[in-house]
Amino acid sequence: MPTAAHKKSKSSPRRRSEPELIFGDLWEFDPAPESADPKLQARYRLFIGGKFVAPKSGKYFPSFNPATAKPIAEIAMASPADVDAAYQAAAKAAPAWANLPGAERGKYLYRIARLLQDRAREFAVAETLDGGKPIKESRDFDVPVAAAHFFYHAGWADKLAYAFPGATPQPHGVVGQVIPWNFPLLMLAWKIAPAIATGNTVVLKPAETTSITALKFAEIVQEAGVPPGVINIVTGAGVTGAAVVNHPTAAKVAFTGSTDVGKLIMRSTAGTGKKLTLELGGKAANIVFEDAPLDQAVEGIVNGIFFNQGHVCCAGSRLLVQESIAEAVLKRLRNRVEVLRVGNPMDKNTDIGAINSKEQLDKIAGLVKAGQAEGAEMFQPKCKLPREGWFFKPTLFSGVEQSHRIVREEIFGPVLSILTFRTVSEAVEKANNTAYGLSAGVWTEKGSRILKMSTELKAGVIWANTYNKFDPTSPFGGYKESGFGREGGKQGLADYVKLT
Amino acid sequence: MNEIGNVDAVGVEERAAKYGTRSIKTASKVKGLKLAASMVDLTTLEGKDTPGKVRALCAKAVRPHDDLDCPPTGAVCVYPAMIKHARAALGDKSPVNIASVATAFPSGQVHLRTRLAEVKAAVADGADEIDMVINRGAFLSGEYNRMQDEIAAVAEACGEAVLKVILETSELETYDNIRAASFLAMRVIRQGDFIKTSTGKTSANATLANNQVMLDAIRDHYFETGMAIGMKPAGGIKSAKQALHFLVAVKETLGDAWLTNRRYRFGASSLLNDLLRQLVKMETGAYQAPYTFSEAAGAY
Repeated sequence: MPTAAHKKSKSSPRRRSEPELIFGDLWEFDPAPESADPKLQARYRLFIGGKFVAPKSGKYFPSFNPATAKPIAEIAMASPADVDAAYQAAAKAAPAWANLPGAERGKYLYRIARLLQDRAREFAVAETLDGGKPIKESRDFDVPVAAAHFFYHAGWADKLAYAFPGATPQPHGVVGQVIPWNFPLLMLAWKIAPAIATGNTVVLKPAETTSITALKFAEIVQEAGVPPGVINIVTGAGVTGAAVVNHPTAAKVAFTGSTDVGKLIMRSTAGTGKKLTLELGGKAANIVFEDAPLDQAVEGIVNGIFFNQGHVCCAGSRLLVQESIAEAVLKRLRNRVEVLRVGNPMDKNTDIGAINSKEQLDKIAGLVKAGQAEGAEMFQPKCKLPREGWFFKPTLFSGVEQSHRIVREEIFGPVLSILTFRTVSEAVEKANNTAYGLSAGVWTEKGSRILKMSTELKAGVIWANTYNKFDPTSPFGGYKESGFGREGGKQGLADYVKLT
Repeated sequence: MNEIGNVDAVGVEERAAKYGTRSIKTASKVKGLKLAASMVDLTTLEGKDTPGKVRALCAKAVRPHDDLDCPPTGAVCVYPAMIKHARAALGDKSPVNIASVATAFPSGQVHLRTRLAEVKAAVADGADEIDMVINRGAFLSGEYNRMQDEIAAVAEACGEAVLKVILETSELETYDNIRAASFLAMRVIRQGDFIKTSTGKTSANATLANNQVMLDAIRDHYFETGMAIGMKPAGGIKSAKQALHFLVAVKETLGDAWLTNRRYRFGASSLLNDLLRQLVKMETGAYQAPYTFSEAAGAY
């Protein structure tokens, strides 16, 4: 409680002090670490033409565990020559793969999905070790949803002829794919599953900080007996990514990542005839009306911004709350944040894990500093952060204005900016006042208002009375600077075929 | 009623499911198990109850296990006719309270004057705590004042005794109703009184989700009035693991001040032996057969 309130209650003793809850250590939980073996190799090579091959340069770079800031494995640095080899393998495999009956292609996808399920715990631990996300999320979300994407698209493989009435879908050929570090395995599944189901072959580059599950996935590709060259995985940083995007063999490029890099890719692919889909940044508005179920809205706000440490392009990073309930929501939100458990991502009780990289941690800290400098009021819970590794406390900013940097820029961290509104039109105006348009949330008991908001909000995905729900059957993608093209559902499938 | 607010069923069930993923290990598990044992209202509510059965229950409540350092339970919970026998068994200065279901439990379908007379008789016989049922019929037909007036009358009849108000959540059906009934009750009961999910006599009893709705309501009422109301989930909590997850909900919703049997109880009978079984397992590393625990009526 702020000291000012203490003084106040002293001067007028009859006034009862504000009731507060105590979230202390009366019953502290002991560590509950997940103990499955992630079966890591000391050094990972490139996966080209169905084989693990050393990079031509002979160069490797370390991948770190964000929870300890210590290296856990060495990853091959693919040069443009390695990327070229991957494209050659993919091009060689393409005709036979495209001509394989859909039902046969589907079998490979089913096999991949089942193998992912078989090794789910191992993959979950590897994902948490390499990326820093809480084990409960990699266990309950990343790995099962990745498997679900392969199951879903396996089902499409033999039904493509019926997917687009009046048109015949044909694969593009070789697809170049570059994915981010926030959901390494899941983004891989979003990219690879529809591409190979429709008869394309792929060259995929994972983010340089999170390559491990992609390379473990390559083991599954081998185990499933997928024909060599259908799936190729090259690892490395920006130079490797540029080589993947700019290779002349790529008939289509699919990218998920930052808006800045997305713009570069759009420039470099312009005029090449390559098909392009981009899934970029976001600054989603999560809008809470006064008739909303408050506790569930608070839960949705927490899930919206603190899921995966806020490393989510569709994170509900701007909370718009109706003025009449702003104080009530804020009080509940502070209490809720107070009981979030921040720490060792491998602990089954951890709610918020480690920030993916030092670089990202510095970026978050910088923007939080800017928020304070611009006069916003900051709240952080009392939780202690681990002494080693890269961690950041869940942070709430109230008293925020539409012009503040923390409202305009994507932070990609556990930082929520809270704004208020009075009327529906003001909520819409504020929500749409952003360069992005990936997602939004609406909380209200009134069904008609949900429908109205869903047509007026300029966002690709709008959740009503929930947040951050994903399903392979549901298309996902953005408006404006959040990109174009859809992933998931029939709409996502359409981006991987030529319709003739 | 409008200002009470509403509940989203999908959302609250999602929240409740998260408690179920909490992993309670080693020392924290032992502490949680003992805390849960101290919160048990060890219950027998059967037509076939006898003074002998109640005496056995009381002995178990005072000393749940021969070897373990396990605290006594919060209370024994019996029908009014058994209060005298419980008092005789426990004596006047027992750490274990006597709770009695009164007000024509479980239906409550008798005249108010009869219900009040039953409450007064139970208190006179030595009940420390009265578990009443609300008039669900009045609530469902919108007679909120009548429902509240009846609760207020029972609270008055309780005198010094603690009152626990049973909402019978399965008959209210919706979370919105559970929240509304919680508020209506809390507004006419006293600091230290409880709200309680169910009688245990219908098909659906305490769940993590209806527990959550009521904990949220208790918190909101506390913020509004500063008055701390207790909570008692009852029926259906049979395993130690379940009980720990209910306690996690308390810890994360109402905080440390509610982690005491003055503010949180479990209405249960077979739960206690599973808590003991887990405690013995923590100490010896082996599970014991059910028959090694006294009063082991339930099968595992």
